[in-house]
Amino acid sequence: MSAAVAAERDELLATDELSAYYGDRKAVGDVSIAFTRKAVTALIGPSGCGKTTFLRCLNRIHEVGFDARVEGRVLLDGQDIYAGAVDPMAIRRRIGMVFQRPNPFPTLSILDNTLVCAARGLNRRQRFDCAERALRAAALWDEVKDKLRSSPLRLSGGQQQRLCIARAVAAEPEVLLMDEPTASLDPIATAVIEELMARLADEFTIVAVTHNMQQAARVSDVTAFMLADEAGVGRLVEVDDTARLFTKPGDHRTEDYITGRFG
Amino acid sequence: MTVAALGQRRLRRRRVYGSLGTALALLCALLAAGALLAILGYVIVQGAGAINWSFLTALPHPVGVPGGGVGNGILGTVIIIAIATAMAVPIGLLTGIYLALFGRGVIPEALRFLSDVLSGVPSIAIGLFAYAVLVAPLKHFSAVSASFAFMMLMLPLLVRTSEQAIRSVPQTVREGALALGMSNLRATVGIVLPTARPAIITALLLAIARVTGETAPLLFTAFGSQFWETNPNNPMAVLALQVFTYAISPYPNWQAQAWGGALLLIVAVLVLSLGARLMLRRAMQGLES
Repeated sequence: MSAAVAAERDELLATDELSAYYGDRKAVGDVSIAFTRKAVTALIGPSGCGKTTFLRCLNRIHEVGFDARVEGRVLLDGQDIYAGAVDPMAIRRRIGMVFQRPNPFPTLSILDNTLVCAARGLNRRQRFDCAERALRAAALWDEVKDKLRSSPLRLSGGQQQRLCIARAVAAEPEVLLMDEPTASLDPIATAVIEELMARLADEFTIVAVTHNMQQAARVSDVTAFMLADEAGVGRLVEVDDTARLFTKPGDHRTEDYITGRFG
Repeated sequence: MTVAALGQRRLRRRRVYGSLGTALALLCALLAAGALLAILGYVIVQGAGAINWSFLTALPHPVGVPGGGVGNGILGTVIIIAIATAMAVPIGLLTGIYLALFGRGVIPEALRFLSDVLSGVPSIAIGLFAYAVLVAPLKHFSAVSASFAFMMLMLPLLVRTSEQAIRSVPQTVREGALALGMSNLRATVGIVLPTARPAIITALLLAIARVTGETAPLLFTAFGSQFWETNPNNPMAVLALQVFTYAISPYPNWQAQAWGGALLLIVAVLVLSLGARLMLRRAMQGLES
């Protein structure tokens, strides 16, 4: 992508020479990439190429793991989220996350799951409205509006995942990170989530990891291809508009991957 | 001999060994279960006759006076265990949380090791310790000193099981909470602990069951009493202690009451263990779906 194009685009989130480690092992190396505001960026690549680890660096959840650390910078609206004075909790409120497997909080009701990270200090009515908005945004409202007080564990896997999306949406973040959000779902639930992602991009900047190339082609505006080098360090190979990357990849490794020659 | 015939013979031999092994295992299982059932049956036969309303509610009668009961011992057991639980739960739970969340390094490993050692210390040694710390300096026996000894017996169980319970909460749940911008404290207290609660309550019930029948530490802490004692600073009657005293007495009336007391203790432990199992089953169901 040329500098002129990059400047034209409104970039909310960017990384600068970002590397991630587990102890001594470097899992992601020197990734510099920018994410366009209110667009869906897909991170694709074979298993073990570091795409999930990279995603987890973007809201500082990587460092929660034992012995995990990060080098380089992540800029949110120009501000480095790894700067000394920055509170990771504040960052995670601005950059929400949806995980590979649905992880609703088992002891909270559907309603409380939705509101667990919503703004504080709302009255009953406002809280309920907030929950309804978030659940509607996650295309789940009609299915749960009559059982808001019941356990999320009674929902299907796809519904649980949409509840997790609603929970992230209710916190009103600017960026939504999604780590293979449909990996544990059946094709119908997957289609629902994919449709949802396209709609959520009107409001949020979305970065989604997927190992499913068709999914990347269907839902994303921009696609980034990652690959592990000989040392097992995940590198960014190229990033481009999805349509271009899938039709005229700039790197032969990308072409090999999307044509199914490996991975 | 053909290969097929050889294979047939081997197969037959394996079948014989297989059924022999099964039979042996079954026999051992019957022996183990049989021993438990024999104890239970014998205690019921010997003790059921002693149990009636006044046995459960009356004070002990002096030697030679028929009747009397262990009401004060039941009350004392409840009081001493309640105080022990009130002391052990906060300490054990907080240690368990600490080990589960920050469980690497020298200090947590040392804590785990000490906790395992403590769980292996004979209860009479713990009773002696309570005597040395709380009875000898104050120059009187007391229920609190018994509670203190019980707390020491409950602690290792609570520490290790609450650590396990918190660890068994999927990491994805904790990460989900943190990834939404919750503080570590709020993620632990608001999300992880409630998810682990059934397993923690199970551990607590088992810990209570463990001390309910303990007698040795009581000999030189609670000491026993003939009265309705409710002040934890005084010596107090305890059911297990009464069973001990009555059982070694030469009086048939007291010996019968010892069996009755033993039956009560067994029933109490049985009920607690069953409750623990039920809680655990509920917890498993909750996490599976």
